[in-house]
Amino acid sequence: MPRRPRDPRLPDAASEGRLDELRERAASAGVVDAPGVRPAGAPMPLANGVAGTAGDGNGASAASGYYGRPLLKEPTWTWEVPLYFFVGGAAGAAAVVGATARAMASDETDLVRDARWVAALGGALSAPLLISDLGRPERFLNMLRVWKPQSPMSVGAWTLTAFGSSAGAAAFADLVGRRAADGDSRLAVPVRVVGDAAGMLAAATGLVMTTYTGVLVGATTIPAWNRSVSVLPIHFAASGLGAAVSLLELLGHDHPALNRLGIAAALAEIGTGVVHELDGDPAHAPLKEGSSGALVRAGGVLSGPVPLLLRLFGARKAAAVAAIAGSLLTRYGWVAAGRISARDPSLPLGLQEPGHHSEGIETP
Amino acid sequence: MATTAFLTDSTLCIGCKACEVACKEWNEVPEDGLLFTGHSYDNTGALGASTWRHVKFVEQTPAIGCGGNDPALLSWQFSSDVCKHCENAGCLEACPTGAIVRTEFGGVFIQPDVCNGCGYCVVGCPFGVVDRREGDGRVFKCTFCYDRQLAGLQPACAKACPTQSILFGEIDEMRQRAEERLAELHARGMADAVLWDARDTSVGGTHAMFLLRGDPRAYNLPSAPEVPTVYQRDGWRAAAIAAGGLLLAAFGAFVAGGHD
Repeated sequence: MPRRPRDPRLPDAASEGRLDELRERAASAGVVDAPGVRPAGAPMPLANGVAGTAGDGNGASAASGYYGRPLLKEPTWTWEVPLYFFVGGAAGAAAVVGATARAMASDETDLVRDARWVAALGGALSAPLLISDLGRPERFLNMLRVWKPQSPMSVGAWTLTAFGSSAGAAAFADLVGRRAADGDSRLAVPVRVVGDAAGMLAAATGLVMTTYTGVLVGATTIPAWNRSVSVLPIHFAASGLGAAVSLLELLGHDHPALNRLGIAAALAEIGTGVVHELDGDPAHAPLKEGSSGALVRAGGVLSGPVPLLLRLFGARKAAAVAAIAGSLLTRYGWVAAGRISARDPSLPLGLQEPGHHSEGIETP
Repeated sequence: MATTAFLTDSTLCIGCKACEVACKEWNEVPEDGLLFTGHSYDNTGALGASTWRHVKFVEQTPAIGCGGNDPALLSWQFSSDVCKHCENAGCLEACPTGAIVRTEFGGVFIQPDVCNGCGYCVVGCPFGVVDRREGDGRVFKCTFCYDRQLAGLQPACAKACPTQSILFGEIDEMRQRAEERLAELHARGMADAVLWDARDTSVGGTHAMFLLRGDPRAYNLPSAPEVPTVYQRDGWRAAAIAAGGLLLAAFGAFVAGGHD
């Protein structure tokens, strides 16, 4: 009868002997500073040659994190959100331009009217964009069940509500005021007062509309975003202003103030662009490299230098088209960069990689 | 009600994933993909909307001691990851609907009947825990077994753990046991044993602590997590500057006059 082959999973005598030796040393010394046994046939990972393990330097370690897997989750925001950043930002700035024109250039009634309508339509379009991005759109009113100043999203929801209502009221008052001027003149004064008050409120909330999105994006865990939190509100406000005056110019207005504001917005965009291009922060790589970098850079060039030059040469409509395209690309670029930034665990984990900052990270 | 916490002792974990199964069963968490990652024996991947416990399989060059392995083999550490239930919780602070609340046990709980799936908590979590569930639209994460705790029971994962790697109890007691266990491990020669407890960061401490061997970063546990609320101060200051500048520019542009 042939001898049955030994089951390779059973520990052999040598291993057993070694284990006894280790146990004895552990009992006497408390600590065993020596290698143990290799469990034959056990599913223990080998130290070299296996892809995706520590053996090839791509495993779990202080240099690569947990197999290089992302630490953070990517933003869930869909295409509606960057479009909302564009629409809401332009609408907010348009309300500011409209209220300022009403106060400082009262004979420019058509400019005031159109600025109010850009603000009102932008506000009206913002709500469905944000609602359709929700995972449960039918519950959008839950946004208004609490007031939470520590949540930029809550601040935004309330601001949009106030802005949409007041900008809509201002535009509607303008419409009624024009009808009243033709017929019943007794209505003209109260309608104008209500319209101006609504326009002022729309401008006040419009200032928040154009800027809070920078805080919304910046006060997150995404490194490419939170390292820019001090620049993003200024960047987004300039982007919104550039788009707002450009929309008014494309509607046929050629008031010199719009051109001046277009130049101011382009200069601010050049400033924020230079700040981002010059900092060597590795967190900002997605703003400069790859498809998201191309979007951000194209948006920056179309928002800053291009409209500035075109305006200096008097090509205001061309500058307007460039600034609107630039503002749109900027918003999509920043959201795309955030997605890519979330995939890289090196900054949030504080990994030991050359060229990466790790100040303030305590290595245990 | 006592303030409670998890203490996950990875030196006792055998990688059986009973915690993952118990969590899915008790909380009726749906299946979220049967994938082969190639990352050791971990095919769960990461915590997410439908993964509330995740056993990590960390392969490292072995340290001699503790009956260390054959040098030809890697040391194998297992650690069951979970929502950290932060003291300053980024998700809770970001939530605009009030769906995310703190329970009387100190945990962070998402009310599924309130959440509208805005997703802002997803970018508010410094540990990548909370996520939106595809096909449902709402966000989900570990509930700290709020329902079981209300009934005086321990969470399902801790109950199912066969090696007491997942300990659950009053938070001060857990911290004390962690210190005792750490001292014991060090005395036994495991000099690389550490306690991960983010108390000295802006997160302000967590209700899930981890005893690990080696660098916590190998377990995707950041040494210096930041609750993103800390960035708001700079953000709102910049917003105020931007709003002021915008207003001044608008006035200036119109003050400078109209058509000649």
